[in-house]
Amino acid sequence: MSSPSLHRRQLLQIGAGGGAVVGGIAALQHFLPAAAQTPVSTPESMPMDHSMMSDSEMEGHSSSLTVGEIDTSAMAISPEEFIQTFDYGTATVQADGTVLREWNILAIDREIEIAPGVFFPAWTYNGQVPGPTLRCNEGDLLRIHFTNGGSHPHTLHFHGIHSAYHDGVTGIGRGDILVGEEFTYEFTAKPYGLHLYHCHSTPLKRHIHKGLYGTFIINPDPVRHGDAARHRHPDYVESAIWQEYVMMMNAFDTTFDSENEVYAINSVAFHFMKHPIVIDKTRPVRIYLVNVTEFDPINSFHLHANFFNYFDTGTTLEPTLRNVDIIAQVQGQRGILEIDFSDHENGLYMFHAHVSEFAELGWMSAFDVR
Amino acid sequence: MSDTALPTESKSSFGGLNLPPWVFAVIPMVLLIAVLGLIITTNAGLGDRTTPPIETLSIENVKLPEPGIIELSIINDGPDEITIAQVMVDDAYWSFDTSSGSTLARLDSTTVTIPYPWVEGEAHAINLVSSTGVMFPVEIPVATESPKADAAGFWQFGLIGFYVGLVPVSLGLLWFPFLKSLGRTSMNFILALTVGLLIYLVVDMFGEAQEVALGVAGSFSAPLLLPLLALLTTALLFVVSNSLKKRKADGQLTVSYQIATGIGLHNLGEGLAIGGAFALGEVALGVFLIIGFTLHNVTEGIGIAAPIVRSRPKFYHFLLLALVGGGPAIIGTWIGAFVFSPLWTTIFLAIGVGAIIQVVIEVSRMVLRDHERHSEPLLTWSTFGGLTSGVAIMYATALFIAA
Repeated sequence: MSSPSLHRRQLLQIGAGGGAVVGGIAALQHFLPAAAQTPVSTPESMPMDHSMMSDSEMEGHSSSLTVGEIDTSAMAISPEEFIQTFDYGTATVQADGTVLREWNILAIDREIEIAPGVFFPAWTYNGQVPGPTLRCNEGDLLRIHFTNGGSHPHTLHFHGIHSAYHDGVTGIGRGDILVGEEFTYEFTAKPYGLHLYHCHSTPLKRHIHKGLYGTFIINPDPVRHGDAARHRHPDYVESAIWQEYVMMMNAFDTTFDSENEVYAINSVAFHFMKHPIVIDKTRPVRIYLVNVTEFDPINSFHLHANFFNYFDTGTTLEPTLRNVDIIAQVQGQRGILEIDFSDHENGLYMFHAHVSEFAELGWMSAFDVR
Repeated sequence: MSDTALPTESKSSFGGLNLPPWVFAVIPMVLLIAVLGLIITTNAGLGDRTTPPIETLSIENVKLPEPGIIELSIINDGPDEITIAQVMVDDAYWSFDTSSGSTLARLDSTTVTIPYPWVEGEAHAINLVSSTGVMFPVEIPVATESPKADAAGFWQFGLIGFYVGLVPVSLGLLWFPFLKSLGRTSMNFILALTVGLLIYLVVDMFGEAQEVALGVAGSFSAPLLLPLLALLTTALLFVVSNSLKKRKADGQLTVSYQIATGIGLHNLGEGLAIGGAFALGEVALGVFLIIGFTLHNVTEGIGIAAPIVRSRPKFYHFLLLALVGGGPAIIGTWIGAFVFSPLWTTIFLAIGVGAIIQVVIEVSRMVLRDHERHSEPLLTWSTFGGLTSGVAIMYATALFIAA
């Protein structure tokens, strides 16, 4: 048996609160016969007390979860609704045939529930974190009417191609939209792919991790890119079979020490672990996955018992990775996952960050494949 | 005219008002209540409070009662209500249960039970997460099962207390016949030695109490309480001993009992430390710890016996003195092992510090009176030597414990 480590000394000091009395045991301990040690507990002697768990946790098979449920009625949009909501805005066809798409985005401070009973003083777009998922077709003219109803200057910075004036960055072009001000960002939707938008006011880290971000999807135009694009464009029947979800891998630093305490997809820790996403296995699955986690340089997505094709940034119609079960994304990186469950047995198939720490702090979910 | 008014007059006057004195006693209190009411109703002119709640939480006790279970005793010592929304163990959210709800009003306490498969001998880090996301960290430096307060546990820990408290004090008292054979100078040397060892104990105990006090919920101001309680204890014991002397009680025996009481409280503190240490550690580690304390505490018996050398106390007094001086170590180990509370420990230790300060003065006066009778100063080479020896013996025997 190994001799007691330095920890023994610490434990004696901490346990006793009397360093002078009990410190320095370590100096004596190597005289002790090994047989005098307390026997080590075996795993078999550690039964879990299931009586302590709530029903929902029993369903989740584990006590490694948050306790309780969030109040979805108090949210701007429930996690179940958000994950499959794509906001195409208000579309009007203009004289030249182009489609004008318009949205109203309001920056507003709002407390959000990120784990049962844990509230985060967020800065939000339209009262929700992530902000609404804005979706359009390649070539549409976009007008995003932005109002700052928050308590700090904010912007809307879109990933995509646009003029410097509409870049939504402090000190460049139109720059910060001050509290109470309004501004309309305007540009043509390009390139097709999976993008994001976020506030680019300074200090940048704070403005992003407080919750000012959302997903921005530009559907590829089959006329320009061929038949493969039809699966990703709502005007074509080929797209109807897909079950599409938007997932933003995000995290919250509740103690404001530049480290995250809660990880999730779409803000609520473990929500889709406790309430798995029901999948019709006869239809393929497409996930728009965006990493907006602050502070941690990388996040990842791992799917259990399956492999998928991955389209980094969604700007190609050919997969950039084929048959993988883990993909990694740096901050701001995103990509489309196409998954097929058609040959799978029914059951729960987890997906989660393969950074175990993130998984255990909330970024853990499951598909209920039927 | 009011300047010359005497307090015995049936009327008091102030600013030309002549009223019965009790009215003047009541007026400030009535005004105080009015002002407090005003502050509460107007929020002291600070406006509505917009800052987030101030959340503080004190961890009173951490226990691993059985494999797979962690128990925390916590108290809300902040000004605002606090809710334990989630619990994180080793950077993972974990299920938990509370004994009396997870929302704690000011100074409410509860026990948090976490079904976590902790690993013997390894470290674990727990975070209690409040509803605003504030983290309250709790460390388990080395996980080991906590002792149980059953018959076996009481026997095991009682035995430790017996070895480190009762045995050495009793053995020390057995020097009594030898002490009786000593001459005046040697006796004063022994009394000075007693003062020396008591001074060592005061310093040691104060330091220990300060460490414990830091673990007490902040609103109890334990570090402040410590010297104040000690001071009041010293004063109280002087009042008690003066009234005993007036009743012509055996003054020397009283001093012995006072020393025994002070030492008893000190040994209670040692018992707490040992019990607490063993509760978190492994009992086998403590064989040398026990030997160290036993050696260390033998001198305390001499200290108790020294003042009564000139008298002939009945034998049962020796049994009682040993019990008062050494017995509390047993109680201390029990408390330390099963129900350790930083606040009560601080209070016990503070009383002990005060008690010992009182006997240091009492015994010093015994030496002083004897020296005055022989026209000597209090400190001679002999008494200084005794003082130094007392401190040195305690320091040297402490090396067995704290190398």
